[in-house]
Amino acid sequence: MSSLNEPRTIVIKPSTGWTALNLKDLWNYRELIYFFTWRDLKVRYKQTVLGASWAILQPVLTMVVFSIFFGGLAQVPSDGVPYPIFSYTALLPWTLFSKALQDASRSLVSSANIISKVYFPRLILPLSSTLAGLVDFAIAFVVLLLMMVFYGIHPTANLWLLLPLILLALLTAIGVSLWLSALNVMYRDVGHMLPFLTQFWMYITPIAYSSSIVPEEWRFVYALNPLTGVVEGFRWALLGTGDGPGITLLISSCISILITITGLFYFRRMERKFADLV
Amino acid sequence: MSRTAIRVEQLGKKYNIGLPVVKYPTLRDQISEGFKRHEKAENSFIWALKDVSFDVNEGQVLGVIGRNGAGKSTLLKILSRVTEPTEGSVEIRGRVGSLLEVGTGFHPELTGRENIFLNGAILGMQREEIQNKFDEIVSFAEVEKFIDTPVKRYSSGMYLRLAFAVAAHLEPEILVVDEVLAVGDAEFQKKCLGKMSDVAQQGRTVLFVSHNMSAILRLTQETLVIDHGKMLMRGPTTEAVDFYLSEGLTQEGQKIWREDEIASASKPFHPVAVRVLDKQGHVAETVRSTEPCTIEIEYKLEKSIKGLRVGIYLLTTRGEFIFTSFDTDDIKQYENNTVRKAGNYISRCEIPANLLNEGRYVIGINASTYLIKRYFQDDQALLFNVDPSGAPGMQWVETRLGPIRPALKWRIENYESGDLQHGTK
Repeated sequence: MSSLNEPRTIVIKPSTGWTALNLKDLWNYRELIYFFTWRDLKVRYKQTVLGASWAILQPVLTMVVFSIFFGGLAQVPSDGVPYPIFSYTALLPWTLFSKALQDASRSLVSSANIISKVYFPRLILPLSSTLAGLVDFAIAFVVLLLMMVFYGIHPTANLWLLLPLILLALLTAIGVSLWLSALNVMYRDVGHMLPFLTQFWMYITPIAYSSSIVPEEWRFVYALNPLTGVVEGFRWALLGTGDGPGITLLISSCISILITITGLFYFRRMERKFADLV
Repeated sequence: MSRTAIRVEQLGKKYNIGLPVVKYPTLRDQISEGFKRHEKAENSFIWALKDVSFDVNEGQVLGVIGRNGAGKSTLLKILSRVTEPTEGSVEIRGRVGSLLEVGTGFHPELTGRENIFLNGAILGMQREEIQNKFDEIVSFAEVEKFIDTPVKRYSSGMYLRLAFAVAAHLEPEILVVDEVLAVGDAEFQKKCLGKMSDVAQQGRTVLFVSHNMSAILRLTQETLVIDHGKMLMRGPTTEAVDFYLSEGLTQEGQKIWREDEIASASKPFHPVAVRVLDKQGHVAETVRSTEPCTIEIEYKLEKSIKGLRVGIYLLTTRGEFIFTSFDTDDIKQYENNTVRKAGNYISRCEIPANLLNEGRYVIGINASTYLIKRYFQDDQALLFNVDPSGAPGMQWVETRLGPIRPALKWRIENYESGDLQHGTK
């Protein structure tokens, strides 16, 4: 980055109202995103016995519990595919999302000592927390491939759709955690709210059940949850269930983008107070 | 004519004190108070900095001095973009490297090698840049053997050396240094000072904030004096230091610490006052060289401290140390005071007659446990004058060089007669 080697003039002034996003600054510091992500990964499973297998254990154990109670005892319909793989396919993007949401929302407060000492675009903290979840996702994805082999399910030709769906899950996580991380600096209530929020969010997302049980007239409201589109898309691309990306995914994407854009501006507006309040 | 590296104009920073926002309000608090606008009384604000304007040219080394809580740290925080000013503006040409707090972002679980890269990136270095300087950083910090050990296993000295080494190799156009010299052993401090003057000689701009007057005098030509958020003066360092020591300090022979001057880190040690008493036991701004005087330090201990020693430094107004002395220097005192219980204390020492030369002297205070913790330190706690009337040599109206003026025993012998003798007689 040669731009850093020649002196740039920086003007420091009190900012007023809604400030510009200053994405150029973010670009100049892009290496730091990498370093924070790398640190989170390095540190995450230090001094644990099971190490990276935690990335697999969480979704797998949840799947086992779901399969016994919802799939087995409650006989929840699973769109014609075996219930374990039906729920695991949904748990993958869900775990990615919920982990990213929890880590990123706490990222500012947990890095308080850095924030109050050194300047860098604060946006980097929630961003890199979100990205660190991708590695866990990749590890857990291997289990899904094994399960597909076990159940003899061939992925559909729509497998490419997974990539934009993963991006949508991450974008939603970033958008929501931009709001929550900034709020958390001022109101530590956010920290207490997070476990409840993720639990609640999981119930309104078609993970343990199929979205086909939601009445037709409520589908629109149901699609307002961006994760609905992501989970349905995952099942459609991998297992071939459901109707494929339609109006639901469109609504999900729009909501997600809306949350992220407003979140960005709110974050930037609050950013100047972080060092004083955190 | 060199260009301006930093231009500060009418800079001000206001902090809210005592308002709920500072004390992590909960949403419930806000709701129960009905989201009413808080009455923002004038006294709930504090201007940590107000109307500060100055320029620094490229390649200049500017000192900044001021008492604890004067606004120095706020100024540096604004310059390094950690916090925003409330009013005014700053223009900065080039990258600002700050040594505000060395070791920021160090992760205990990561190895020395990994932390060098992480810390370097946080401070704004490129990966390539860090790679190029890696060996230099490691050898500067003297941690070659432990470079692949997690830093949580490092001794505190190693940790600090490594942290400083990374920051020192940042090579920004503008370097902001705040009190880093307070860490490490003498050998390492020397190294740090050397590194700083290297930086200055390479034509880069340095802003150096310190309580260490001799370091300020050695490293800077020009200095700002800040007090209560205002810039009192800017001038050649010798003048600024003299102004600072004489203006800000003399309080009729005693210094009483205000609450906001005491860092919370000094707990459970709580300094109350330091006084200079003349031979009659009165608080005095000026004492006579020919009479003994007493320096007393009054303090409170909120909890008992084991191995505490409270002492003074005596310095000249040019920042040269004359002596250092602690209340438990004497081995008997030391053994009788291994644990000092909670309570109120006064430690007194007598400065003997015929010791100090005419002039102004600075008393610094230090309360610490050896090699464990420094509870409190104020290098410029109090200033006092020494009046030489009656001292040896006063029949000549001249300035005697040197900070001490002992009454020495002289003998004058005439050896022309041939009975010259050396040594004792």
